[in-house]
Amino acid sequence: MNGRSPTSLEAPRDEADLVVDSATGVNVSLPVAGAGARSYAFIIDWHIRIVLFLAWFVVATLVYNGSWDLAPPAEPTAGYFGLVIAPGAALYFLYHPVLEIAMRGRTPGKRMAGVRLVTRQGAVPSVPAHLIRNVFRLMDFFPVCYALGLVVVALTKDHVRIGDLAAGTLLVYDRREHEGVLEHVNPAVIGTRLDVSTAELVEELLQRWQTLDASVRQRLARTLLARIEGVAPESISLSESRLYTRLMQLARGSEA
Amino acid sequence: MTDALREQALRATLLQRSALWKEAAERARRLMTGRTDDVSDAVRLVDDYRLLAHDLARARRLMPDSRVRSFLESAYAQAHATLYKQASHPGYALWSLFRDQIPEATRSIRSHIVWVLLLFVTALGVGGWMVHTYPELINLFASPSLIATVERGELWTEGLLNVVPSSVLSLQILTNNIVVSLFAYCAGFLFGLGTFYIVGLNGLMLGAVFAFTAQHGLDDDLFRFIVAHGCVELSVMVLSGAAGAAVGEALIRPTTPRRSQAFQQAALRTSKVLIACVVLLVGCGFIEGYISPDPSYPLWTRVVVGVGYWLFMVAMLRGWVFGRSRGTEAVEA
Repeated sequence: MNGRSPTSLEAPRDEADLVVDSATGVNVSLPVAGAGARSYAFIIDWHIRIVLFLAWFVVATLVYNGSWDLAPPAEPTAGYFGLVIAPGAALYFLYHPVLEIAMRGRTPGKRMAGVRLVTRQGAVPSVPAHLIRNVFRLMDFFPVCYALGLVVVALTKDHVRIGDLAAGTLLVYDRREHEGVLEHVNPAVIGTRLDVSTAELVEELLQRWQTLDASVRQRLARTLLARIEGVAPESISLSESRLYTRLMQLARGSEA
Repeated sequence: MTDALREQALRATLLQRSALWKEAAERARRLMTGRTDDVSDAVRLVDDYRLLAHDLARARRLMPDSRVRSFLESAYAQAHATLYKQASHPGYALWSLFRDQIPEATRSIRSHIVWVLLLFVTALGVGGWMVHTYPELINLFASPSLIATVERGELWTEGLLNVVPSSVLSLQILTNNIVVSLFAYCAGFLFGLGTFYIVGLNGLMLGAVFAFTAQHGLDDDLFRFIVAHGCVELSVMVLSGAAGAAVGEALIRPTTPRRSQAFQQAALRTSKVLIACVVLLVGCGFIEGYISPDPSYPLWTRVVVGVGYWLFMVAMLRGWVFGRSRGTEAVEA
């Protein structure tokens, strides 16, 4: 872009976006996740790992002891190590690499935080990239609690830790919350009284009508109608049912 | 028709294509998650990609702040990721990794292997010389319990199997070795200094302990214990150190315009050597758990196992184990 004004082929660029050139000439824009989303995802994953490890430990120990006793054997035995310790440790330490590969750059924590891993080309990272990213956790963890990793995340432009620098990956937001938006807009009403943004708002308010408090939905409806009519919100004195009907007419393009 | 009316008409026309966008997004998702292997789906994705690109370009101009544009951005990114997803052939990729990629990665760090080996041998010699000349310096390298055991005329490895079963010992050892090896590699991130420190320290410790056991007439016993697993274990330490040094060199002397790019290239290239290291250390762990501490194995058996496994390591790193021969063409996964 360097000094040129953006064209329709280039996304309206946010500083925090990863912009990838594509074969069509229309670039792909991916919002980069920061330290907050990254930490949120990690904390969820860490809790899942701990719960899985403890669940395995408890169940396997009970099976190994053959009684309601969680005490480890006095002398370490191959059976105890092989049944209880080794699989539990594998669950804990292989959680990230295995799930990231299997879920194409996501883990349950990343999914809940609404982020995913991509390469700098916007694609799903390769298996070696996933592995190298996780090997470098040894450095990112240094000296405790991912302190070095967090410092690097704070200092780098794309908010990446050392593992991401090594693997050429970064964390971007998944914009899944917009999937239902197409259901909300009736193309027939665009160009009548509503522009696209207002039509989206009207449809969304109608969809959420029953879930909102009566006072809140009336206030929002009045504000929206005032904006459409170009009058002050106080001048709209319709009852709740009339407000709903009016919004429906606007959304369906059936107003008189 | 005024410009405003024309733009409104364009917006309405664009929105009428929303069913096509939904189909395209759904198809991209199906292909990405592997829920379809329909060829026609894959072919149509290329058309979808063009359609989404075209409509997104219009949406960016006509309705830049709308959620419709956000949906198109998301669907387009999804189609892009799906289209650029690498084909997945796990078996073939694994074969290609061991047959071609590991040998090539090892070859690319030959000079680093020589330098790290030199560092390790020098540190080994220095450690041995230090303790041989100033015996009290062993306190810097070994724990008090180890020193006390050797001073009693025993090796700390004697009776190891009476304390810990072989399987447990193997797993503990291989886990520890793998972590040390990965750490030696990752420490290359500190411009190679971390790797230098870890390899040097390990060399010093080994040399010092050998000199110390020699002073108490136990060096033959220590050699007897180490030879079966040590040939490969020490070689792997040098290999992972060399891979870390290559990463460090990429940061010190980048071959690309940006250091981060050079670091990434070196890390991805040398990570293949690390995979070989981990595989070899698993074997070392089992040897160290089952053969090394077991006094019933005579020295010649241990030497055969040690040298044999070392030759296997060389064959593996050259790709010969997986059918690569001199002049073999590389296979892309």
